[in-house]
Amino acid sequence: MARLNINGRVVEIAAEDDTPLLWAIREQAGLTGTKYGCGVAQCGACTVHVDGVATRSCSMPVSAFDESQKIVTIEGLSPDGSHPLQRAWVALDVPQCGYCQSGMIMAAAALLAANPKPSDADIRGEITNICRCGTYNRVQAAIKQAAGGNQANG
Amino acid sequence: MNQIASLPRRGFLQVSAALGAFTLGIRPPEAAAQGAAQGTTPATAPEVNAWVVVKPDDSIIIRIARSEMGQGTLTGLAQLVAEELNADWSKVSTEYPTPGQNLARNRAWGNMSTGGSRGIRESHDYVRKGGAAARMMLVEAAAQGWGVPAAECRAANSTITHQPSGRTTTYGKVAEAAARLTPPTDIPLRDPKDWTIAGKPLPRLDTVDKTNGRQVYGADLVLPGMLNAAIRDCPVFGGKVASFDAAKVAGMPGVKKVVPVGETAVAVIADTWWRAKTALDALPVTWDNGPNAQVSSASIAEVLKAGLEAPEAAVGNRAGDARTAIAGAARRVEATYGYPFQNHATMEPMNATAVWTPERCEVWTPTQNGEAALAATSEAAGLPPGRCEVHKIHLGGGFGRRGAVHDWVRQAVEIAKQMPGTPVKLLWSREEDMLHGRYHPITQCKLTGALDADGNLTGLAMRISGQSIVAGIFPQNIRDGRDPVVFQGLSPGGEEGAFGYAIPNILIDHAMRNPHVPPGFWRGVNLNQNAVYVECFMDELAHAAGKDPLEFRRALLKNSPKHLAVLNAVAERGGWGQPAPEGRARGLAQIMGFGSYVAACAEVSVNPAGELTIHRITAATDPGHAVNPQQIAAQVEGSFVYGLSAALHGECTVAEGRIEQENFDTYPVMRMAEMPAVEAILMPSGGFWGGVGEPTIAVAAPAVLNAIFAATGKRVRQLPLKHADLRRA
Repeated sequence: MARLNINGRVVEIAAEDDTPLLWAIREQAGLTGTKYGCGVAQCGACTVHVDGVATRSCSMPVSAFDESQKIVTIEGLSPDGSHPLQRAWVALDVPQCGYCQSGMIMAAAALLAANPKPSDADIRGEITNICRCGTYNRVQAAIKQAAGGNQANG
Repeated sequence: MNQIASLPRRGFLQVSAALGAFTLGIRPPEAAAQGAAQGTTPATAPEVNAWVVVKPDDSIIIRIARSEMGQGTLTGLAQLVAEELNADWSKVSTEYPTPGQNLARNRAWGNMSTGGSRGIRESHDYVRKGGAAARMMLVEAAAQGWGVPAAECRAANSTITHQPSGRTTTYGKVAEAAARLTPPTDIPLRDPKDWTIAGKPLPRLDTVDKTNGRQVYGADLVLPGMLNAAIRDCPVFGGKVASFDAAKVAGMPGVKKVVPVGETAVAVIADTWWRAKTALDALPVTWDNGPNAQVSSASIAEVLKAGLEAPEAAVGNRAGDARTAIAGAARRVEATYGYPFQNHATMEPMNATAVWTPERCEVWTPTQNGEAALAATSEAAGLPPGRCEVHKIHLGGGFGRRGAVHDWVRQAVEIAKQMPGTPVKLLWSREEDMLHGRYHPITQCKLTGALDADGNLTGLAMRISGQSIVAGIFPQNIRDGRDPVVFQGLSPGGEEGAFGYAIPNILIDHAMRNPHVPPGFWRGVNLNQNAVYVECFMDELAHAAGKDPLEFRRALLKNSPKHLAVLNAVAERGGWGQPAPEGRARGLAQIMGFGSYVAACAEVSVNPAGELTIHRITAATDPGHAVNPQQIAAQVEGSFVYGLSAALHGECTVAEGRIEQENFDTYPVMRMAEMPAVEAILMPSGGFWGGVGEPTIAVAAPAVLNAIFAATGKRVRQLPLKHADLRRA
């Protein structure tokens, strides 16, 4: 039994110690905005924040966490979808199928927290999440827009 | 009683007897589950016709028969209906009719299949008529209410005005009366030149929930009392389960049951998916690998290679006498290309939730073809389609994998049959998804060109050897050993994909060779490799003839003005003929497919270590009519991610009868760092309807390969590029 602080609430997790954080979030905490894509930390669809750091939750066991660590999922990024990235995502119509986008936004939010004015090279170096529909250029433009840069594509 | 009034409008969503109906895609799982438990969604709004529901508060629901999987068809189709409806776009939302409802209403919504970039181009006429007919009925109802001729009334922005008196009313106020009217039979449609909603770069209707975690995908579904299943199918295609030892895992946490699934697979059912997967990983399974256990990529390549020289082949395009032209040519050019198996790798692995009783079966699944999913459900359930239902859930990617074959739906139903009355969600692991794809078909192609003394192309022979998707999926559609889909983009004419080059002597044929690896329709389908074969070889011919690749193509496209127009557009915008920035080189490609004309100019550099950078792609599309330009731009950008992923990395190899790549670590795909800038040029010339989700994928690889040749002098003829040594010699 683990106790996790998810989006500001302490949740009792009835799962085996080696259960990945992803599946505790999805199946015990009932927050399905965080996605399963690969299970081996390759695709980033499962990205959440742990004390502000972008973390691929599919490859971390719940036993590695306790309630002192603040876990934030896409549902907790902002109370009403008003995070600058979420607004930029809507303004530029970034998502296609959308399945990877929770992870993209969470990875981008951690990037902006650490580097509020990232260059294109910073963004391309830091955002390694996989999108199969092909939203990369709009993702990059939306991060720039949220950071107060221009909207230029590319 | 008129036709409209006789339809079961009320309780549109109250269709399910076993579990209750379910409003899809817009609510979080908790709310969704609650809806399912309660069994009904209040449906008090009048349906004006099958496509349009108007509520008393003037909100409008437009019914969408095709599946949204990211390509934007939901928004585009709604724009077409709203355009003819003269709707207030700010009040428009959408919903999916279910395949069961479509069946019960004599296919009121037509074909639900969503593939081949056909969502809009195949249904634009009848969905627009649906919107127009609803508008005419709403106007008629208002006119009758006022006791005036309908001809004196005009509709705009969901408001009807009686022009002589200035009286107004709204759609919501007259919808119920409109629904009782006889639908019109003569339904004129607006000239696209006059569009105000369609043709505009409107934001998608489904964006917000994809930015806050609320969009529900199949993998997210939660139903009351639901269990979860993880599955392992025999990794060798054609093999089956010899035995498994359920007792070994029966006591593991959460495990409810271990069940066979057909002859080839075994599944663990548990309270959570992670526990099901953990037990499945621990389950001892012995496989009977069957007749294909010795097949390898090398053995498949040998079979295909033999097909390149085989005397028997099905002809796709023939004019003049290519063999004689080649025999008498001043110069002969020959090259052989190859294109591998590839996995769709949708971000959301295959999944379906099923509940089965002896009387009824229901399935919730992300599908590109609800009707095919219903047929698969019915067959697997052993129940007639009328006692089954499929609820379409938003797709985490489709790309063709979720369209023609519903193997995962059959599995989910077979599992649910072994837990009668209990909903069971089957979710594939990524490894299962990689090992049990419906792969992009494998082919090789030998091309031979005849040049005369002036470097003019007088003959072309093109022999494709390899797999037929149609033979694998719809074998009944193979006639005389010929699969017409193999020749995408190579056909002598037609609206789908006409070969643009005028070559006096031509022979394009196909020696069908079908390995045991199951093929599928993969975004871009056969246009992808056909464009590589033709467009890279055109580049080879141009260089052999000592001509500029653009001028060489232009001369051959003189009778194909639309092909030529997109090629000229990318050449101009891409800077063809101008010096490239230091160290960079350019390549061109054009083709027609899925009803649209496309071309690309790629700009690349290759450093001394042989590392490729794709800097910039300029891509032009003429789809005839453009319904949402900003979404077309998104599709074009996205198509380069898909096409360049395939060109750079995409390859599934076979050893001992099974696919070797099991996850993204061994099946890499393009990430942001590799993504070029993409400039999409949209040049709709009107008069026809082409698709936009797929065509530009095809020009991605050949434009880049031709640019690589320009940069390095190296021809890459076997994809993916990761195998090529691009270091300067």
